[in-house]
Amino acid sequence: MISAASEKTAAAREPGSAALLFVRRVVKQFGRRPVLRGVSLDVAPGEFLTILGESGSGKTTLLRLVAGFEQLDGGEIWMAGERLDTVPSHRRPVNTVFQSYALFPHLSVFENVAYGLRAKKTAKQEIPERVSQALAMVKMGEFAQSAPARLSGGQQQRVALARALVNRPQVLLLDEPLSALDANLRRQMQVELKTLQREVGITFIFVTHDQEEAMALSDRVALLREGRLEQIAEPREIYGRPETAYAAQFIGQTNLLDAEVRDGIANAGAIVWSCFEHPGKAVFSLRPESIRLAPAGLAADSLDVSTARFRGRILNQTFGGAMDLLEIECKNSQRLRARIASPGPLSGELDFEFSPKDAIRVRAGEED
Amino acid sequence: MKSAANGGRARWLSAYAILVYAFLYLPIIVLVVYSFNRSGVGGFPPAGWTLDWYTQLLSDGPLWDSVLNSLIVALIAVAISLALGLPAALALDRADFPGKAAFRRLVLLPLILPGIITGLSLLTLFVGVHMKLSLVTITLGHGTALISVATTEIFAGLQKLDRAQEEASLDLGANQWRTFWRVTLPNLKVSLVAAGLLIFTLSLDEIAVSFFLIGRDNTLPLEIWSRLRRGITPEINAISTLILLFSIATILVWYRLRARSERAEEAGASLLASTLEGGQA
Amino acid sequence: MYSRAYKASVAIPPVLWVTLFLLVPYAILFCYSFWSVSSGTIVHDWNFQNYVQLVRNPIYLSVLFKSMRIAAMVMLLALILGYPLAYYLSFHAARRKDFLYQLVIIPLWASYLVRGYAWKTILGSEGVLNGFLQYLHITHRPVEFFLYSPFAVVLTLTHIYTPFTFLPIYASLEHVPRNLVEASHDLGASPWATFRRVILPLSLPGVLAGATFAFVLTLGDFLAPLLVGGASGIMISNIVVSLFGAAYNWPLGAAISLCMLLLVVGLLFATERLERRLTLS
Repeated sequence: MISAASEKTAAAREPGSAALLFVRRVVKQFGRRPVLRGVSLDVAPGEFLTILGESGSGKTTLLRLVAGFEQLDGGEIWMAGERLDTVPSHRRPVNTVFQSYALFPHLSVFENVAYGLRAKKTAKQEIPERVSQALAMVKMGEFAQSAPARLSGGQQQRVALARALVNRPQVLLLDEPLSALDANLRRQMQVELKTLQREVGITFIFVTHDQEEAMALSDRVALLREGRLEQIAEPREIYGRPETAYAAQFIGQTNLLDAEVRDGIANAGAIVWSCFEHPGKAVFSLRPESIRLAPAGLAADSLDVSTARFRGRILNQTFGGAMDLLEIECKNSQRLRARIASPGPLSGELDFEFSPKDAIRVRAGEED
Repeated sequence: MKSAANGGRARWLSAYAILVYAFLYLPIIVLVVYSFNRSGVGGFPPAGWTLDWYTQLLSDGPLWDSVLNSLIVALIAVAISLALGLPAALALDRADFPGKAAFRRLVLLPLILPGIITGLSLLTLFVGVHMKLSLVTITLGHGTALISVATTEIFAGLQKLDRAQEEASLDLGANQWRTFWRVTLPNLKVSLVAAGLLIFTLSLDEIAVSFFLIGRDNTLPLEIWSRLRRGITPEINAISTLILLFSIATILVWYRLRARSERAEEAGASLLASTLEGGQA
Repeated sequence: MYSRAYKASVAIPPVLWVTLFLLVPYAILFCYSFWSVSSGTIVHDWNFQNYVQLVRNPIYLSVLFKSMRIAAMVMLLALILGYPLAYYLSFHAARRKDFLYQLVIIPLWASYLVRGYAWKTILGSEGVLNGFLQYLHITHRPVEFFLYSPFAVVLTLTHIYTPFTFLPIYASLEHVPRNLVEASHDLGASPWATFRRVILPLSLPGVLAGATFAFVLTLGDFLAPLLVGGASGIMISNIVVSLFGAAYNWPLGAAISLCMLLLVVGLLFATERLERRLTLS
């Protein structure tokens, strides 16, 4: 279930602008295995939406349902006011960039890019110009007569992109297009993709399992887990205000604290902080970078509304360039991770502090 | 990749497919049905059921002699083909020698050329060395012609072989021969058996080459052939049905063997993969 | 990794055998074509007489052309039957694919002779087909031309070689990556356009191989004409057989065989180059 906040961001952001793509309670099974269990989301025109999830989360299946390569078992998909899921894939105004690029080996680069134009019976005079425009956009202009087999992975991917974009689809679907590239090339392509999307203004729906990639590229991120939508929000929000323990852990690193909230205080054993949430048991997410070294001279375990303090023993310190990763053990064997900027070598028992507002209450487990 | 639009086409295609299957199986069904037909071959509809033709078959001495001949020829042909096909496959896989490309094509020729050419050529050879035509010449013919089947099958098996196993064996101190017997050969077991089955079946049915190399004793196909020249008898339907059943059984076994070896490979590969993953987690 | 002794011992035996039992016989046949026959014995007088005779005497050329026409027809029919079947299995059969594939292979192993004989019983004037037509009162007399005609030869050989044609076509269709089909649909091409522009071109190597099989094997076939061809269904290989038999003119027979061999090898060469050009473009 999506919270009210997510429901709002799931709909169009700006008042008056209609969402372009509506996905409503989509269900899909493969044999007896359910893959999507009722996913709903809206995609705004011109937005870069990433569907993020582990393998098995259903993200690729959702993409393929929009493309038309699979049939829905339940729910509906609408685009621009018309029902989409009943239309066969070759008549949908969407185009796909495949993970394996799927370039036609028996056609040249030019013919690959021209394929969609020819299929739609575009005027013959128009084709060469549109193809060279598309190839120029992805910086592959000089390879027009090459055979796809002779191109490197990165080059093939650009051609696949051009082949999709030349058809001016309303929505471009990208199925983990960068996963086969090495790290440097991947980063470079991420930047190029983002820039391209802004230039062209087409809605991109991007599927990946790499949360850093999702954070870097997207206007919004939709996190899928086991066939359900866990949370959908802008990157900053999904990072800063994860709604569930899963979201908190999947995106970035975090510490999960089981605490009891009573009389304005959250008590997680070795760590306490002022908290005005509903009383009762709760799980909190505290990001490692929210923890700082406490200035010397203050009493340990002292408590005020704006700071929470605790004492812990350094188990491990890993140098990380700008920030070190510390593994801390507190008095009841509770372990935490902290990221601290250039602290120099540390050891023994030290005092740490954090702001209570950085402890985000999250839902845990299978509550639905 | 199905959609509502595809359904119509699929229906036409499956109807067409059924027609093609019907064409392929019509003669076979007719054969089998009429082997039980009281009034023998021909006419429609079949008159009545009888096992007479089968019982007649049982007491047909010369026919069973030819069956025995065929079996002996087939077994020896399997031996020859495997005994030569195995080193041929190894040579093609691992050795470089002058004329290797020519050798590869030469070995494949009997498979591609019409059998009549291979049969005639061997005939001229045997005549040239004044060798009498007999089951021996037929066996030599089969063995030679079917080497390519063995070579192809075993070569494919060699491709799937993990070279590292042989390297490990050498590393541990075994010499080349020991490695061959204890590592290479066991890994080729499936290919050898599959090839053997295939060659056996092909030899049993072989006519084109045998036609020219035949001496006094007939193989089964040639025995049936000579009877066909004299006239049709329903007995032939009966023996044909039996041959059919036997061939089907053999080929199904061959097919299962192939499938199992491929699944075993996949199982082995996925086992390896999960072990590696487990190690990393 | 392999010692010279190893490489020598795997290469030498098969090379020796194949040289003795394949290369030498083909060479002897080659030599025969330049000899001649006089008063019942073969004279080694080295001339081109046989080849001249082949070109001069119209009967040989006409039979050769008839054989090629029959081969072309069988090839076409086998493609018409085999391709849609292969397509259906590869793209529409899903779970039953394996079973249906085995169903196609089984007739292949049902023995050539058995199947030829079955058609003989079906097509004869007392046969099943005539009986069936008369039973339905569609005809009142047996139709003669079903059997002992080129029609019967084409029908029988199409039946026999369609599975041969099916196999490589099916293999190449299976190799067409499914994501290419999806990509084609994604880009707006209808299923028919996708077939025409993606699937068909990529399956051409298999089509070529299958067509070549059917053509070459039919051209060299002599059994079907003998079984069901009658006088009007004679093919070039039958002439060769009689020259090596009753007509006793081995040199002439060898010359015709060699021509057939050259034709076949030339065809294979041409298709190989065509295939290489197709897959590279």
